[in-house]
Amino acid sequence: MTSTLPPTIEVDDLVKSYGEVDAVRGVSFAVAPGEVFGFLGPNGAGKSTTINMLCTLAEPTSGAARVSGFDVVSRRDDVRRQIGLVFQDPTLDVRLTAEQNLWFHAELYDIDPGVIPARIDQLLEMVGLADRREQAVMTFSGGMKRRLEIARGLLHSPRVLFLDEPTIGLDPQTRSSIWRYIRALQETEGTTIFMTTHYMDEAEFCDRIAIMDRGEIVVLDTPEALKAAVGADRVVLGTADDDAALVALRDRFGIEATVAEGAVTFHVSNGERFVPRLFAELDVGITSVAVSRPTLDDVFMRHTGTTIRDAETGGVADLDRTMMRTMAGAKR
Amino acid sequence: MSAAVMADVAAARVPERTWRSEARAARAVWRRDMIRFANDRAQLMMWLVQPLLFLFVLGSGLQSLSAASTDGVDLKTFIFPGVVCVAVFFTAMISAASLVWDRELGFLKEMMIAPVSRTSIIVGKCVGGATIAASQGVIVLALAGLVDVPYDPLLILVAFGLLVLLAFTVSAFGVLVAVTIKQAQTFTWVMQLVVFPMVFLSGALYPVAGLPGWLELLNRVNPLTYAVDPMRHLVFSHLDVSETARRTLDPGVTWLGWHLPPLFEVGMVLLLGLTMLGLAIRRFARTE
Repeated sequence: MTSTLPPTIEVDDLVKSYGEVDAVRGVSFAVAPGEVFGFLGPNGAGKSTTINMLCTLAEPTSGAARVSGFDVVSRRDDVRRQIGLVFQDPTLDVRLTAEQNLWFHAELYDIDPGVIPARIDQLLEMVGLADRREQAVMTFSGGMKRRLEIARGLLHSPRVLFLDEPTIGLDPQTRSSIWRYIRALQETEGTTIFMTTHYMDEAEFCDRIAIMDRGEIVVLDTPEALKAAVGADRVVLGTADDDAALVALRDRFGIEATVAEGAVTFHVSNGERFVPRLFAELDVGITSVAVSRPTLDDVFMRHTGTTIRDAETGGVADLDRTMMRTMAGAKR
Repeated sequence: MSAAVMADVAAARVPERTWRSEARAARAVWRRDMIRFANDRAQLMMWLVQPLLFLFVLGSGLQSLSAASTDGVDLKTFIFPGVVCVAVFFTAMISAASLVWDRELGFLKEMMIAPVSRTSIIVGKCVGGATIAASQGVIVLALAGLVDVPYDPLLILVAFGLLVLLAFTVSAFGVLVAVTIKQAQTFTWVMQLVVFPMVFLSGALYPVAGLPGWLELLNRVNPLTYAVDPMRHLVFSHLDVSETARRTLDPGVTWLGWHLPPLFEVGMVLLLGLTMLGLAIRRFARTE
């Protein structure tokens, strides 16, 4: 995405510390108007903290950020008028109907009463809740609630829509329909979208992705460029003895493999051609083999040395994860 | 489908903030509380039944004990002004404290992130709680005839004014508690340790003269006392009772022998309400 317009979001060396803990350690990036920008990383990487600073819910410890040209600290209210938000945790009043929730929002944002009904009709239509408009939100499924929150976030035609894990905990079908809305929206209203996710497959919907780990952006580019940079194919092996396989791979082929999600994983160019050699020369029993083109998972692994899922198994706390990684490293 | 649908929608515009948009936001907060209240059958039932329990069950039950000392005045008549105040007090407290639940259930975030001042949210919440509580008071007031309190237009009008004032002050208190405590659970404790004692210490259910020293002290530091007393004085000024009964049952509040004029007490309640509203706004503005 190249654009001559000034960026919609500009972030300059943003830091947020909670006491001794640095949740965000100096991130800088810019998001162009109309771009779908994704923040990718495991829980606790600092994604939500960054989003909270951008949408004025948390004050940066240092550094600066501008949304639509307004500083998030000194022009807080101007920023708030420009943005829509969908949080990780639901923020609907479940005892009101879908429509009442939207009306409340419209009144709070002081939207011209003349345009509210049409806007509500069309947004409910868009997220497929038109026939449920008069039902209390407590009767809604998780996916319906999320769709209603997206509709609400768009009600006041924000320049930027922030989505913090918009699809977390939803079934694949609902996830893909939510993605359809987001893309349609970006096309028709030109809304800039800033989102966080820790689903790798979703990151592919973004124009650009920043991968975040332990409070820092480790890499930022288009999904294609990121995958191209990995270059090699990913080979996942099931073996009779993972440790022996790691040693054998290093000694015989000069390959540094890792054990990720319980299987020996490594990257090699021309994976299909490499596999027959592997069978011929590796003296460890192979129980399964899979070769795949690079995905964003590989990108993440390449830059952080672990898969997102493994990065999270140690718990959310940064310290825990660091320890897990050190232990995993020692085992290697 | 969505692209076609969205293409012809007029985009909304979020205007600059004015006092009108703030008023509209406060009204939206208020209206939400009205909708929620009207939808909540359990709360509606409590709202209707609780004053009847106080007035007729407690009042009738204790009548036999007190007949000798009230000099011909029915105990129900005596506690009527107190019950009006207690009903308003409980309802205002519970309604205003719903802000605690808004925080617990996430909805508070929707309000906090909107381009409106925190003051509007607090004012809307406070007026919401006051409206529900005042209408509760009106229900009790409507029962006046059943306990031999006359439907004198002036009495009803002034009593209405008093209960609206009380509803506002207690709502401000409730909102202040709600923005101060961080967990909904804590509120249960506040109800047990603060709200119930305040009711029992207020003189809503007994005369405030000739109390043991310790009780008199607690009664005098209890703000609710200064709402109950003018209400009782108002009701008794419209009753046809003996001088003895008036002196025993409506003795008025004294500070070291000084008899507080009802209007002074009303002023205290108002001042207290405004102070607590101010504190709640200040406190809420500082929450991140």
